[in-house]
Amino acid sequence: MSAGANAAFKARFKPGDRVRVRKAYPPGHIRTPFYIRGHHGVIAHALGPFANPEELAYARSGLPAQPLYRVRFEQREVWPDYRGPAHDTLDVEIFQHWLDPA
Amino acid sequence: MSRDHDHDHAHGHGRPHRHPPRPDSDDRLGYYQVMEIALRELLIEKRVFSAVEINRAIEAMDARGEALGAKVVARAWADPAFKARLLADGTEAVRDFGIDMGTTRLFVVENTPAVHNLVVCTLCSCYPRMVLGLPPDWYKSRAYRSRAVKEPRAVLREFGTIVPDDREVRVHDSTADMRYLVLPLRPKGTDGWSEEKLAALVSRDAMIGVAFARTP
Amino acid sequence: MGGEPAGTVEKTEHDYALWEKRVDAMNVVLAGKGHLRVDEMRKNIEALPPDAYDSMTYYERWCSAIANTLLQRGLITADELGRKMAEVAKREGAEAALEKP
Repeated sequence: MSAGANAAFKARFKPGDRVRVRKAYPPGHIRTPFYIRGHHGVIAHALGPFANPEELAYARSGLPAQPLYRVRFEQREVWPDYRGPAHDTLDVEIFQHWLDPA
Repeated sequence: MSRDHDHDHAHGHGRPHRHPPRPDSDDRLGYYQVMEIALRELLIEKRVFSAVEINRAIEAMDARGEALGAKVVARAWADPAFKARLLADGTEAVRDFGIDMGTTRLFVVENTPAVHNLVVCTLCSCYPRMVLGLPPDWYKSRAYRSRAVKEPRAVLREFGTIVPDDREVRVHDSTADMRYLVLPLRPKGTDGWSEEKLAALVSRDAMIGVAFARTP
Repeated sequence: MGGEPAGTVEKTEHDYALWEKRVDAMNVVLAGKGHLRVDEMRKNIEALPPDAYDSMTYYERWCSAIANTLLQRGLITADELGRKMAEVAKREGAEAALEKP
C-alpha cells in the first residue's frame, strides 16, 4: 500500500528510462515473475512508493516503501519464440529494488 | 444442528446468465469445508468478527459484477471529462459510483485502434473485484495465467477475438497493487445513445480484454 | 507460472458455493480488521506442496491460507482449531473428512 515520502526510498527512475530486471532467485514471497528476470524494458509509469510485499508476507511493515513502476517490455525480447507482431508489448509492475539502469 | 443460518442469495445484480454451481460428489463436507465452518465459529466466539459482518461482506461482493463495470465504461464513452479522469486516476474516478478500491489502485487501460489491452495475473489471481466482483474460474486457471503473457493472440482467438496484426496487443500482468480495467473501444453506430443503452454492450470479458464490446 | 506451457483455456465458470463465498468474506473481513494481509495469504498459498494447485480447489487453498496466516499471527492455536474442527465434523457427520485433508 501507498506510504508517505518520509518512509520511502527515493525514486531512481522516470518514464522513458531503460531498465533491466535483476536476475536473482531468493526464496520467500517475490512478486517479480521468473519469466521477466534478466529482461530489459522501458519505464512506462512511475506509480509511487508502496510497502514491500516481500516483507508484508511475513507480517512486517514493508517500510521504507519501494517505488513501484510499470515497465513495458517488447514481447519479442521476452519470448525468443514469440510469433506475434514486433509491436506487441507486455507491461509488468516491478519494484525499484529489482531494477537496474540498462 | 446448530449450523450457522444459511443465506439463499438470489441476487441477479449484473448477472444476466447464471452458471451451474460446482457439483459436489456427495452432500458430506470435505476437510476444508469443515475447516471453514470451524474457523468462522472460532473467530466469532473470539469476537474477532460477527456473523453479520461475514454476511454483509458476502452481500457486498454479490452486488458487484459486470453491470457495475459496464456503467463505468458507458459513462466514459458518453462523457469525455469523466473518461479523462478515469484514465488519469481510476481510483478517484470510480468513487463516483461508490466504488472503494481499498488498498489497491484502479488503473484503466484504453483500447484504441492502435492498442488492444489484455489483463492477467500470472502470480495469483489479482482482479478488479471492487468493480467486477469475483473473477471467473478461467481467469484463475493455469492455462490462462501461463499463456496470456506469452501467446496473447492465441488465447484471444480461443475466446473468438481476433485482433488485427497492425494493432498492438499489450498484456498487463497485475503483479503488484494496480488492478486493471480495460476500457473497450466504443462500437460504431452508438452515437447519442444513453449510458444505459451503452452499458448493455459492455461485457465482463470485454473489461478483462478477452472480448470486444458488443455491436448494436 | 507465466510463460509455462499449458493447454487450451477452458472457459469454465461456476456460481460460487456458499462456503466459498464465506471463505472469501472471511478473508475480506479479516484483512479489513488488520488480522492478515493479502501478502501473507499469497505467501502461504505459494508454500503449499507442489501438487496443491491440482489437488486443491481455489477456495480450499484460500481457506488453508487463512488458517495458516492466523496460526502464524497467533490469533488462533492449532489446538483450538483442531478441537473446533472435530466438534464441527462430529455435528455434521463428516468425521471421515478429517482423517486426511
